[in-house]
Amino acid sequence: MSALNIKRGSTSHSAYDLRDPNAEVIESHTLAILVENEPGVLARVIGLFSGRGYNIESLTVAETDHARHLSRITIVTSGTPQVIDQIEAQLRRMVPVHDVHDLTAEGPSVQRELALFKVAGKGEARIEALRLAEIFRAHVVDSTLESFVFEMTGTPEKIDSFADLMRPLGLKEIARTGVAALSRGV
Amino acid sequence: MAKAMSGAMTGARMVVQALKDQGVDVVFGYPGGAVLPIYDEIFLQNDIRHILVRHEQGAIHMAEGYARSTGKVGVALVTSGPGATNAVTGLTDALLDSIPIVVLSGQVPTFMIGTDGFQEADTVGITRPCTKMNWLVKDTAKLADTIHQAFHVAKSGRPGPVLVDIPKDVQFATAEYTPVQRARTSHYQPRLKGDIDAITAMVEMLETAERPVFYTGGGVINSGSGASQLLREFVEATGFPITSTLMGLGAYPASGKNWLGMLGMHGLYEANLAMHGCDLMINVGARFDDRITGRIKDFSPHSRKVHIDIDASSINKVIRVDVPILGDVGHVLEDALRIWKARGRKVNKEGLAKWWKQIAEWRAVNCLDYKGSTKVIKPQYALQRLEALTKGMDRYITTEVGQHQMWAAQFLGFEAPNRWMTSGGLGTMGYGLPASIGVQIAHPEALVINVAGEASWLMNMQEMGTAMQFRAPVKQFILNNERLGMVRQWQELLHGERYSQSWSESLPDFVKLAEAFGCKGIKVSDPADLDDAILEMIRYDGPVIFDCLVEKHENCFPMIPSGKPHNEMLLGEADTQGVIKAAGAVLV
Repeated sequence: MSALNIKRGSTSHSAYDLRDPNAEVIESHTLAILVENEPGVLARVIGLFSGRGYNIESLTVAETDHARHLSRITIVTSGTPQVIDQIEAQLRRMVPVHDVHDLTAEGPSVQRELALFKVAGKGEARIEALRLAEIFRAHVVDSTLESFVFEMTGTPEKIDSFADLMRPLGLKEIARTGVAALSRGV
Repeated sequence: MAKAMSGAMTGARMVVQALKDQGVDVVFGYPGGAVLPIYDEIFLQNDIRHILVRHEQGAIHMAEGYARSTGKVGVALVTSGPGATNAVTGLTDALLDSIPIVVLSGQVPTFMIGTDGFQEADTVGITRPCTKMNWLVKDTAKLADTIHQAFHVAKSGRPGPVLVDIPKDVQFATAEYTPVQRARTSHYQPRLKGDIDAITAMVEMLETAERPVFYTGGGVINSGSGASQLLREFVEATGFPITSTLMGLGAYPASGKNWLGMLGMHGLYEANLAMHGCDLMINVGARFDDRITGRIKDFSPHSRKVHIDIDASSINKVIRVDVPILGDVGHVLEDALRIWKARGRKVNKEGLAKWWKQIAEWRAVNCLDYKGSTKVIKPQYALQRLEALTKGMDRYITTEVGQHQMWAAQFLGFEAPNRWMTSGGLGTMGYGLPASIGVQIAHPEALVINVAGEASWLMNMQEMGTAMQFRAPVKQFILNNERLGMVRQWQELLHGERYSQSWSESLPDFVKLAEAFGCKGIKVSDPADLDDAILEMIRYDGPVIFDCLVEKHENCFPMIPSGKPHNEMLLGEADTQGVIKAAGAVLV
């Protein structure tokens, strides 16, 4: 097929991607979507995912460009390569969507999530929780004699492992922001 | 200050002004509490004609018929709550068939939104999945700009329906009007030109292809009459065979020598086998719908595929293609023709000659053949006579949904685009009658015929009142088999002949119904009387309800059963025994 000599990316949705488009393997992708900061736009984006049966593993949204009136939605989703391509194309054609970046496909990116953990306990468990928090570089943002609230920023995996460690030590509640992500470099 | 405010007006007046500035000459609508200020403004002017419908669904389908037959944007105006919810089916229909319409809906005043006010519904919430875009306007100063945006979005790129929800207080309040030329430039500007490298790759492929086929769709019609012209030139110059989806009929003339007829579930044998056996498929503005592809795994297994589409999400959605070309059909065809000519107008003549010989063999099967009768009118015969007696006339056809729709697509010939209005994607029973009125309003002198089944037709028959009031002489050509024919056919083939709820009991007397509306009713049941009856219908200067009693158990063939590939087509009754397996029965 390469004999046809079509430049990669010669259309916005080339079938000549190097990865196997027919692979049935489920991949996790992080998408950054720049949208108009208008009422209903988030609902339209979310509605696309629910209406067409796509997954949302994590979602964050906030205005990021006040002057241009733009919000950035970061969605972690999963699907076969064909589904991921379709999600991107479906997002791209939405009227209030200005730009879509598949951060997973476009190269290395940094992904961070903020989480708060409430851990209650006394004695050895309490000391152990504090020690592990230090190792994970979690901050204590609230403390009583019987509890801590830890704040931690990191990859979703790091937050998962910290949560796993805290569970036997008296983990009561977790609040997570969902992933924020940027591509590396300029 | 006085000068700056020279364009100040109420929101309601802005609506009418913005419609005028967008070149709108007709609005299909129904008044109600939340749009009364706009109706006041409509009352005070004569530039925009208002067509009062009998149900809001009718208004949307009329706007669709208007849009599809003119290439312009159709406009509908409905009130809040039930007015807006009644519009939902039409909006979804327009979304699936890419029809540009702008729907304006009234809403309770902004200060009452969220209080469960009288006739309050979350209209933008309800219509979000069935519009290309929608807006709730909370500030009169933004109203005109939003309406201009709405028109831009409706007709740009892949066309579609949009909705602007306007609270009543926004209609009353006063602000500065935004003329079209001062409207915000939308960032939404879909690319029209296709990538030249990809187009060149397509040209290279068609120069050597032995068994090429053009597979065209509604995108050609949406791209405008220029696109149809270019398609015709391309087809004639290359000598390639061409088939089309239901939505694309008329882009290439049915009388053209390269025409294979419609493809798909009830498409022609030669068209489907050409799709199955081709070595190069050039998809021009179609979307590999499941009615077209049959079983995906076995769809056209030996071909390289090119797909021209303005919507990137249509490309590789269902069928992986070898050369995707993102762009407007007209622009891409223009470039493709130019490049092909510059490279010396090459085609594989030897291969093509063999290919046409093969196609001739498939054609000889005469797949539309049916058993005639002198006792009862066969639906196919009724359409053949309708075709023969209206050929050459300034004719527009709309349809309802079901067997009659497929027979109309098979037996009527379309020589030009925008002459065929049918609900393809959504399959909306009740579409045809209001659509025919919308078409007739746009083309007052033309012969507009709605080919209908009696069951579909009853779904929006109230619109005969609209046809009468606005002197739209639409002809309702009802093939009456007293059955939900397509449902009955599936029950026969797939559900052990258990005809659950698929007959039309207690049908009205259509002639008396016509008289009740004040129009003409014609009933015919003898094939010998058919021609005279059709001529009487055509000649009558006003709406006609034509009750054509046809064979009750006729099945529509050819048929590719759900879950089957193109080369496993059923050609007639003899083929139908036990062919459809459980796996196919779960598909629709």
